[in-house]
Order: sequence, then structure tokens, then C-alpha cells
Amino acid sequence: MLEIKNLHVQLEEEDKQILKGVDLKVEAGKVHAIMGPNGSGKSTLSYVLSGKGGYEVTEGSASLAGDDLLDMEPEERAAAGLFLAFQYPVEIPGVGNMTFLRTAVNAQRKARGEDELSAADFLKVVRAKAKTLKIDADMLKRPVNVGFSGGEKKRNEILQMAMLEPKMCILDETDSGLDVDAMKLVSEGVNALRDAGRGFLVITHYQRLLDHIKPDVVHIMANGRIIKTGGPELALEVEQNGYADILAEVA
Amino acid sequence: MALPELKQSATEARLATMELPTGGCLKAARQAALSRVQTMGLPTRRDEYWKYTRPETLVSAEANTAAVFDHDEAPMFDGQDRLKIVFVDGVFDAEASDELALEGVQIDRIEDICCKDIHWAKDVYGVLEARGQSPVERPLAALNTAFAADGVAIHVTGTPSKPINLIYIHAEEQSDAILHHVIRVEPGAEATILENGPAASRFNKCVEIDVADTGKLHLVRAQGRDHERRAATHLFARLGAESVFKSFTLTVNGVLTRNEAVIELTGDDAIAHIAGACVGDGEFHHDDTVFITHDAVNCESRQVFKKVLRNGATGVFQGKILVKDGAQKTDGYQISQSLMLDEDSQFLAKPELEIYADDVACSHGSTSGAIDENALFYLRARGVPKELATDLLTLSFLAEAVEEIESAEIAEDINARLEGWLARRR
Ligand SMILES: Nc1ncnc2c1ncn2[C@@H]1O[C@H](COP(=O)(O)OP(=O)(O)O)[C@@H](O)[C@H]1O
Ligand SMILES: [Mg+2]
Repeated sequence: MLEIKNLHVQLEEEDKQILKGVDLKVEAGKVHAIMGPNGSGKSTLSYVLSGKGGYEVTEGSASLAGDDLLDMEPEERAAAGLFLAFQYPVEIPGVGNMTFLRTAVNAQRKARGEDELSAADFLKVVRAKAKTLKIDADMLKRPVNVGFSGGEKKRNEILQMAMLEPKMCILDETDSGLDVDAMKLVSEGVNALRDAGRGFLVITHYQRLLDHIKPDVVHIMANGRIIKTGGPELALEVEQNGYADILAEVA
Repeated sequence: MALPELKQSATEARLATMELPTGGCLKAARQAALSRVQTMGLPTRRDEYWKYTRPETLVSAEANTAAVFDHDEAPMFDGQDRLKIVFVDGVFDAEASDELALEGVQIDRIEDICCKDIHWAKDVYGVLEARGQSPVERPLAALNTAFAADGVAIHVTGTPSKPINLIYIHAEEQSDAILHHVIRVEPGAEATILENGPAASRFNKCVEIDVADTGKLHLVRAQGRDHERRAATHLFARLGAESVFKSFTLTVNGVLTRNEAVIELTGDDAIAHIAGACVGDGEFHHDDTVFITHDAVNCESRQVFKKVLRNGATGVFQGKILVKDGAQKTDGYQISQSLMLDEDSQFLAKPELEIYADDVACSHGSTSGAIDENALFYLRARGVPKELATDLLTLSFLAEAVEEIESAEIAEDINARLEGWLARRR
């Protein structure tokens, strides 16, 4: 589904290399997790994949279902089925959450040559999905993420994901700032989307999230590279011993 | 004191081309206004109040030309049930207008103020304008009072069932329209007035509004789309106790627009909101000049002005809140913001507060910025194409001003026009 080869990325503005040769392949139907110390480049990887400006790919490639991702505009990547749940969801004053969701869903449908959803159909679907995430009517009406608590913002990300039904979901620290109940809601939201045709890349610091969203593969990222890959037990090891041992091992 | 040479000659040149409308009881008001013009002189670029906007083309003896835009192509307020009053190049068009009859309101042309002996109108015509000449001179408004030959006197005595729509049609490539309206809202009465259209290639408009205690007036205008038109407008409002006055102006296109508003809160607990949204592309200069005086206790005023500028367009905001001695518990708010869609445009803002009471809450702010890149990326990452995302963010920037419109249907008309403008510029 998602294939990243030898990806090197530096900042556009300054001569600072952040990703130093990332190789990663997420198959359809699988959940991969990336863990790693702060500043190792996890968010950068998610941004570069989704097309944020300010980064320059100096080497390597990334593709989604065989299509070159790096060649596409951010909106094209989204229409092709890529979704990033942001570590820090953006507040957009003046744009209603519902308008935002409907514009996004219909823009993607249009890009794929599908009919736009009618307002009534859309409303029905959104209400049902919002309910399972405990997002109330008021949150749907308010401007996008404005005045939302940390947990509400993350639940709103998952609602967007559920509405857009992407092929490849990247979740960047979706668990940070969540209490136990919210974590459960979010995990259930993610698990409900698990499907043989869909891949997940879950960036997290904590085993806690991976208790709910069981990964097939766990990667450790440090200093712009994937330094170790293993099964779910690798996450447990990090939880118990931190990164020090693993870092020492590869050094 | 003699006027400076430049001012004197410009004023003389302009006045030489004009004739005072004849007759009737407004004669004294017109002549007094003419003397005000002669004493003040017309504005020149040396005047402090015209520092950011060049007045020459608004003052010149001959009006500019402006290509006529087909107004049927994009009608405004068309879906609203309204009473239409049409002016073509500044002249009332009875054929195109509805019958000037609506329950709760009396509408007359200003030329009939005298023969019908409409007392209230005589007490307003030129009176609020003259009050508004201090502390800052507004000679173009005095010029208007002196020479306007047409306009309406609207007397709101009840709650009319629909808005009154003043429609200003521009027909001739070169036309120089001067319109003057007077409006009086009686206690407990409430009305909505809509205005739209460019009116002429050059337009000088003055509206005097007297809102009595507990009266309410809503004013929504859409200044015409003709690119080359020029306009200088003045709004003078005096508000009685517990009255409400809300005004919103949309400006799309027009090479030059100067909108002045002078609002005086003279009765306790009055509320005045004035808002504007403008979008300009290229040769576009838009100036909002606002002066709000708090002269009573516990009044609220709110100024919300938003400008979207691109391709070398210029936005100007001069806004002042004056809180007089004794105007305690004043709540004054003023925000002026510009959104620059490129690096070629400019926004000049001069926000001012002058406060002589000690128990007041006044705030003002002015900002100028570009589209929020993070918000743009967030929208694009959800599949919204860049152009559409930019439009959404632009509309959201303007929303605080558009939200000042009380009626949702009218706000929708305004948003539709804005969306059209943005879509044509992708
Ligand atoms: N736009 C940027 N400007 C400057 N430094 C950046 C920028 N983006 C990322 N970095 C730097 O790149 C490194 C990786 O950051 P990030 O991808 O956010 O790591 P992680 O998500 O793993 O904590 C950090 O040192 C961070 O400071
Ligand atoms: Mg991060």
C-alpha cells in the first residue's frame, strides 16, 4: 500500500537534514507502528508523505498503491487515499466543522469522478459516525477545532478519517493528550476502520495505544532512520526499558 | 482665513460647473451647505484626513468615465421580497420603481419635502451633515447637501413587512450622480434598508439618519461591481436612547471608494454597529473612514472592517472612537484587518481612541496578514483543492464582518456575491 524507499529529506530554508534514508513498506490490511524519541523525524515523515511545504526530498521515493506520492499536490494525495491525523490539528476560525467535512468529502469524490453527496445523505452519515465518537451536534457546528479540547481535536481527526475512508491512514501521536476514555473511543474508531484493503501507520510514544490498536509490525525511528523493526513485542520492550538499549545496540 | 491656493482653485473649478437646485424650503439648507463648502474648500491631497486617499478625481470639475457593467448579469437582493426604488445615473426612475407605498413607512422624494411640508425631513436635511463637520471637515458631504437634486425621505413609523431597496443603476459611461437621502425612525419602529449598484461613473451620496429612542434601523449595501466607477459616500447617524443602528457594506471592485460614516450616540443604552467587507483586485482603492462619538451612558459601538486585497490593491481604514466626558460604561470595539492575497497590495490603517470618561471599555486592533499556511495545508490534506481552500479561508476571514448582518437571507446574498468574485479570480 505505502512504500517508502531510501527517503532523504532536508529543510527547504536551512541546510538541515532530517530524514536520512527511511525505508518502510506498509501492506494493505496491516497496522505498522513507529516509535522513537522526540525529534527523530516521525512527524516530518508524516508531513512529507502528505505534501506539506518547507521540506525538500533530496533522495528516495514514496508511493501509494504504486503511484508516486511525491509528485502530487497535497489534495491529490488525499484523493488518492492518503490520510494524516495531525499531531496538532489546526484551528480554522470562521469555517464550520460541518462545512469543512462536507467540502472535503465532496472534493475527494469529485476528484475521483464520483457524484457529490447530497446534503441530506451527508448529514445522515456524519451524524451516525459522530455519535460513535461522542461528538455532539454543537462540535459539528462550531468552527473547525476552535475551542476544542485536546481530546476533542483528536476525536475530530478520527471523524474526518471515518468520513473520508482513506486507503492509507497515518496517525501522528493521536494518543497524546487523551484520557483513558477518549483513548478507548479513538481506538475503537480506528479499529472500526481496520480492513483488508486499508493500511495504517501509527506514530506513538506509548504502548498504551498499541494495547488497543494491535500493530502487526513495530519500527523504531531515531535520528532520521528506522533503526529497528520487529513485532508487537518491540513496543513492550520500549515501554519497559526506554530507547537507550536499542540505541546502544545499533550504535 | 483664506484657503490655500490649490484648494481655492479646485473648489472654484468644481463649483463653476454646478447649479443649486431651485426652490422650496430646502433652499436655506442648500445655501448654508454651499457656504460651508466655500469656507472649507474641497479636499486636496495635502489634507491630513485625505492622507491615504487622493481626492482629485472625486473633486474634479469633470467626472471620470466608467464602462457600464451589465447589472442584469448579477442581480443583487433578487430573491428578497422588497420595495424597489430605482435611480438611474442619480435620477429617480418611477417606471422601474415600485409604488412608494408600504405599511409602516412613508417614502417621498426630497423634491417633495417642501410641497408636502414634511417637517421631520426639514429638521434632518443638512442638519446631521452640518453637525458632522466638526471636529473633522467633510466638504464632499456639504457639497452633496448643497447640490443633490434627488433622493428620498424615508419616515419609518412602524415595522414595514419588507426591506426598502434603493437600487442605483449606472447607465451612461460618464455620469456624475449626487443623491441625498434622509431617514427618520420613530420610537419603537424598525426597518431594513438595502442599497445596491454603482449609481454612476462618479457617485457622491449622503445619507442622514435620525433614529429616535428605541427605534431600530438595519442598513445593508452592496456597492456596484463596475470596475472604473468612483464613489464618495457619507453616512451621518444620530442615535437616541435604547436605539439600534446596524450597517454593513460590501464593496467589490471600483477603482476608488471612500465611505465615511459619522455616528453619534446621543441617548443612553444605544447600540451602533458598522461593518464592511471589501475585496479588491488590481486597480482598487478602498477607504473606510469612521468617526463614532459616544455622548451618552452605557452605549455600545462596534466597528468591524475586513479587506481582501491582491494585485496591487489598496485598503485604507481611518477609524475613531471618541468617548465624551460623562459617557460612562461605554463599550467600544474596533477591528480593522486586511488579508493580502499577494505581496503587491497595501493596507493603511489609522485606528484612534480618544476618551474623556473614566469608566469605559474600549478596544481596538488592526492587523494585516496573508493566508494562514497551516490552515491551507490542513484543508488541502483533507482533499480540498488549493483554490477552493483559499476561497474558504478568505470567506472565513470576512465572516466576522458579514455576521454583522442580522438577516440570514441577506447575508447569504452577500456571501454569494463574494463567492462569485473569488471564483472568477481563480
Ligand atoms: N520546519 C522545521 N523547521 C526547523 N526544524 C524542523 C522543522 N521540522 C522539523 N524540524 C526538526 O526536525 C527534527 C525532527 O522533528 P519531528 O519530525 O517533529 O520529530 P518527531 O515527530 O519525531 O518528534 C527536529 O529536530 C525538529 O526540530
Ligand atoms: Mg512529532
